Amino acid sequence: MARRYVSIWFQHLVGDYMVKRDPSLLEAAFVLTMQKHGRMIITGASARAQRSGAVQGMVLADARAIIPHLRVLENEPQLADRLLDGIGKWCIRFTPCVAVDPPSGLMLDASGCAHLWGGEQAYIDDIANRLKKLGYSTRIAIADTPGCAWAVARFSQHSIIAEGDMLKALLPLPAAALRLDTITTERLLKLGLRHIKNFISKPRRALQRRFGDILLQRIDQAMGMEYESIIPLVPIIPYQERLPCLDPIRTATGIEIALQRILEALCDRLQKEGKGIRKAIFKAICVDHRVESIEIGTNRGSHNGEHLFKLFAEKIQQIEPGLGIELFILEASHVEEMQAQQEVLWTGGCGLGSVELAELLDRITNKFGENVICRYLPAQHHWPERSITSTTYMQQQPSSAWPDDLMRPTHLLPEPEPIEVTAPIPDYPPMNFRYKGKLHNIKKAETVERIEREWWIDGGEHRDYYYVEDDEGKRYWLFRSGHYTGDKTYSWFIHGFFP
Amino acid sequence: MQGFTPHSGNSVRLGLGPLEAAFPNGVFPTAAVHEFMCHSIEEIAATEGFIAAIVAAFMKSDMVCIWISKSPHLFPPSLTALGITPDRIIFIRLKREVDVLWALEEALKCEGIAAVIGELKDISLTASRRFQLAVEKSHVTGIIIRQYPRDLNTNACTARWNISPRPSELQERMPGIGYPRWNVELQKVRNGKPGVWLLEHAAGKFATVTTKDPRQHTSARKIG
Repeated sequence: MARRYVSIWFQHLVGDYMVKRDPSLLEAAFVLTMQKHGRMIITGASARAQRSGAVQGMVLADARAIIPHLRVLENEPQLADRLLDGIGKWCIRFTPCVAVDPPSGLMLDASGCAHLWGGEQAYIDDIANRLKKLGYSTRIAIADTPGCAWAVARFSQHSIIAEGDMLKALLPLPAAALRLDTITTERLLKLGLRHIKNFISKPRRALQRRFGDILLQRIDQAMGMEYESIIPLVPIIPYQERLPCLDPIRTATGIEIALQRILEALCDRLQKEGKGIRKAIFKAICVDHRVESIEIGTNRGSHNGEHLFKLFAEKIQQIEPGLGIELFILEASHVEEMQAQQEVLWTGGCGLGSVELAELLDRITNKFGENVICRYLPAQHHWPERSITSTTYMQQQPSSAWPDDLMRPTHLLPEPEPIEVTAPIPDYPPMNFRYKGKLHNIKKAETVERIEREWWIDGGEHRDYYYVEDDEGKRYWLFRSGHYTGDKTYSWFIHGFFP
Repeated sequence: MQGFTPHSGNSVRLGLGPLEAAFPNGVFPTAAVHEFMCHSIEEIAATEGFIAAIVAAFMKSDMVCIWISKSPHLFPPSLTALGITPDRIIFIRLKREVDVLWALEEALKCEGIAAVIGELKDISLTASRRFQLAVEKSHVTGIIIRQYPRDLNTNACTARWNISPRPSELQERMPGIGYPRWNVELQKVRNGKPGVWLLEHAAGKFATVTTKDPRQHTSARKIG
């Protein structure tokens, strides 16, 4: 399908807005001013003031000399941007893809929209008339490329450029119609290249050498040889379902039924396209224009309506229907490709990649938050606290094998706790130790395992670990921090418990 | 035994020796909820080791195990010696005991998980019944580690255990510490015979120690 773009140019955007706000200005000559380098500079003028000779960029004092009864209005900064943003969002009724085209225009991607109005002429007439009713005078053009529509709206009397007729439309227009900066335009004028027809057929290398890449790029964009993307004001969500209600809905059951129906429709579509939801937002638009929304996320893509409904069901009570809900919208803001699961007759067990497990974890993270789930993988460190790393990703495989030749306790204290010991100096396991007020007499012990600090990570003493068993058969993991020196008090610690 | 239907699926022999005779039909009940009472930190460590050794026996190579608690202190690298690949355990850390109960029930409903292990202080009759109903449907093994339980109330768990460490034994005059040895007390078991056994876990297998009093061979202190 050929793409069609509509360029809307607001001839007096801020001026029209001022008149709208204060109708007494309609017949008056007024200018908008802004302070610049200590002088008041005119940034916009009404039609009447323009006729009398006030132009943009003029100093206010000069304009006052020409027009004695000139009214002066302060130009709020960013007012034009705010206005364009508002009008752009309003224009979403004409096409879902509306972009702001500063300083005083809008760009609409009208591909496949015009026939709904019964043709392009009717389409742009409707836009112009509605904007006129809002109080804005505009020039509108429709063409195959944003560049061409822009040029025609501002520099030509035509408004519809038929498909593929860009060259014909552009030839008589001045060079500035190509959206060039002032330096390039002045350079073109200096060389006598006033119109596009004067230079468009010149060798490209010559143009590039004299005017840089930008001129060629603009020509290509206007001619449709280079694709130009526009950034929509409201991002288009491709996976969206809507459910308008005849009567406002106020009950939880009603919301559930709506959610089920809307989910079913979206999941059917996702299943056909082989995609799964990772993040979805369910919005309820109330009669009083309030928007209530609940959001869910999944650990892996899913188009299982039943499962997604369970995730939403936890949060339905957060929706306050107030006077009633008239429109439900379900948006899948993040979808991912899914591999079709092989149907199995007999399931042996559920592995880390299985759907059942993913759905269980979704329910848990949906209720308690992202960071409650973790798995541990081996890390290449001997220091016990650093020997494991946690991961929340279920499919991640260990990068190295788990060490199987080390004696490690099943129960590890989060912090080693100091103990009092009686130990022969220098290098023997203790004879007894006192932990939480209880004396343990050590009967058996394994040889020492010295674990050095990783000096490139942190400094400090090494640890000499002993695996010991007391007279009751309880097994502990003790260590002495560093060598014996005279002045240390607590150099023995308990760190874990063996089974 | 109203409402209790033993799981007729493929039964697993855990190699627990004479202890298995205590269970109904002489088979460790896998689709059931077991509770382990722990009164001290040493007992918790021993229980964790015993559970890991049991779960390793019926956990197939691609299965996972879920560990739900308020503050898991299990040190994963120790599990390789007991026969479990530590990265196949998913840890879920929750703030409140009621959250642990909710997550336990959800996990027990999920078919295909090897075992769901939860650390709790107490469990009411209602909660344990809900777990029992969940596992009857999904055939998942539920294991509850009751740390410092307040009361020994009746509940719907199939078995109640107490594991405490006992001195290990080595061959005469050998230095060091032997294989872990536990005093396994099956305090309650539905349709079975409770009892006390002394088990040793060596090289992935359980062995029942038959000495009457393990404390009589107190060897002299040896240092390796």
